[in-house]
Amino acid sequence: MTSLPSTDPHAFLARQSRWSPVEIAFWLAAFLPFLLFPTYLSLASQIAITALFALSIDLILGYAGIITLGHAVFFGIGSYTAGLLAKHGWGEPLSGLVLAALAAALVGYATSFIIVRVRHLALIMITLGLAFLAVEAANSAGWLTGGADGLQGVRMWPLLGWFEFDLWGYTAYTYSLVALFALFLVARRLVHSPFGLSLRGIRENVKRMPAIGAPSRLRLQKIYTISAAIAGVAGALLAQTTETVSLEVLGFQRSADVVIMLILGGTGRLYGAIVGALIFMVARDQLADMNPQYWYFWIGLLLMAVVLFLPDGILGGLARLVPERWRAR
Amino acid sequence: MIVQIGGVLFDGLAYGMLLFLLSVGLSVTLGLMNFINLAHCSFAMLGGYVTLVLMREAGWPFLATLPAAFLGAALVSVAFERTLFRRLYRATELNQVLFTIGLVFVSAAVAAYLFGTVQQPVELPGYLRGSVRFAGMSFGVYRLFLIAFALAITALLIAGLELTRFGAQVRAAVDNQRMAKGLGIDVETVFAVTFALGSGLAGLGGALAIEIVGLDPSFGFHFLVYVLIVVSVGGLGSVSGSFAAAALLGIGDVAGKYYVPELGAFLIYILMVAILFFKPLGLFGKR
Repeated sequence: MTSLPSTDPHAFLARQSRWSPVEIAFWLAAFLPFLLFPTYLSLASQIAITALFALSIDLILGYAGIITLGHAVFFGIGSYTAGLLAKHGWGEPLSGLVLAALAAALVGYATSFIIVRVRHLALIMITLGLAFLAVEAANSAGWLTGGADGLQGVRMWPLLGWFEFDLWGYTAYTYSLVALFALFLVARRLVHSPFGLSLRGIRENVKRMPAIGAPSRLRLQKIYTISAAIAGVAGALLAQTTETVSLEVLGFQRSADVVIMLILGGTGRLYGAIVGALIFMVARDQLADMNPQYWYFWIGLLLMAVVLFLPDGILGGLARLVPERWRAR
Repeated sequence: MIVQIGGVLFDGLAYGMLLFLLSVGLSVTLGLMNFINLAHCSFAMLGGYVTLVLMREAGWPFLATLPAAFLGAALVSVAFERTLFRRLYRATELNQVLFTIGLVFVSAAVAAYLFGTVQQPVELPGYLRGSVRFAGMSFGVYRLFLIAFALAITALLIAGLELTRFGAQVRAAVDNQRMAKGLGIDVETVFAVTFALGSGLAGLGGALAIEIVGLDPSFGFHFLVYVLIVVSVGGLGSVSGSFAAAALLGIGDVAGKYYVPELGAFLIYILMVAILFFKPLGLFGKR
């Protein structure tokens, strides 16, 4: 404690939302793949997309305390929206993103009525159930989605009418990175607003918040819808940069993996989502060459170790080592 | 027509009884400590592999391996409970879920390493194979055995919970843990014993499941969803609730796959979401 915290709420929020040098360095480092690993740009693009997806979950799980094991639903809706648009003659990427976000937000809003009603195990089971329903629906609607074979024939137009999606992923990574950064700014603004603060209050005590004049349901519905939209954008980015959509975008594996990434990185801090996605994806890329069958053995061990020894995730552990003034929240 | 419905009901009930054995332990431990143990089915898988190894390597008869499957799963689970799980009773649900999912990953990889990823069949003794005909319908002997076995276990469990001193302690701890502690009940020990019993039952379920659904390293995952449905729909800490939910789920699953295969697992998930939406505590849940 260097100084007494001020009691002015605006000053508190302003102090929290100040950019630290570490953050600026972090985003500058995001350009390194262009120079250092130009052959790995498609992986870098995948990482940016996954980080965006993890970010969307962090908003509801880390900040609002809604545990979900079925967020891939919104990722998948975004993917299929963008993919179907491009397949049926509208390959413009940016409007595809917007429409995908809208579609995911719509479904997110509709399901949020169910989500805010339940807590604990019932919540986990309902998100899981909705996710399985989505997979079954996409699988049986083979005429639309291509079923288990995946959506074929997705053709994207050049980005902004100029930049073709190339084989090496220059456009893909730039595109994904810009989208990640833009939505990160949105998320950052959100969590450092009074609205974000009230979400943290709900996470800490869902009964006390209404008592001090902040009804929780509407706020939870709002953040759930926003999170669904962001997940939809992430899904759309994947569909557009890889020009294919498979059933796997909706799968439980994706929902579980992304929660694991978030835990690895640290929940309730925006960079936790990004760092977790980075570590997970790079590790999977490296370990998959060695022995793909046992990849989950190491992930499992890592998960258990993180829960036992680093409950705040890797970033939370690091934060304890760094002096106060350097910390970014 | 009636014969067909009878057959579906019978198969569904047998499947439901299997699900009941697999899930009842989780229901009680969840009700006791609010500890979400997603690795429950990994203990069931362990029981299955115990039976497999004893039959294949040591040449034990099938029925004799069942107590071993129970004991193996119970002992291993209580070792985990005493060393690792107990640290997480006060942790958030998310941490419990992730820790135990991590354990499922590890156990699946270990099983794959030791036994390979293929399905492992077992040879049933002659008197459990074949079927008997009754009133124009044929009943698989093994399924009859399964139903009788599960009914006996249920009766034992309910009698144990209602009539014994230990059962009264468990019920007290489920209803109000603090109060039970205040009355001098050693809740921790009660919980450890219940945990061992519950996992042992899961191990038994795993051993009995080999014939019906097979055994491979993905067992811990595959049945997790079904078990969680039974537990959440039946209500935490309720043996009769789990029984009803398991029977419903088993019959519903078999009937759905038989009559409306194009819907697949749709029906089950819609039912689960609907039930939990209207009754978040489950059909028989008290809190």
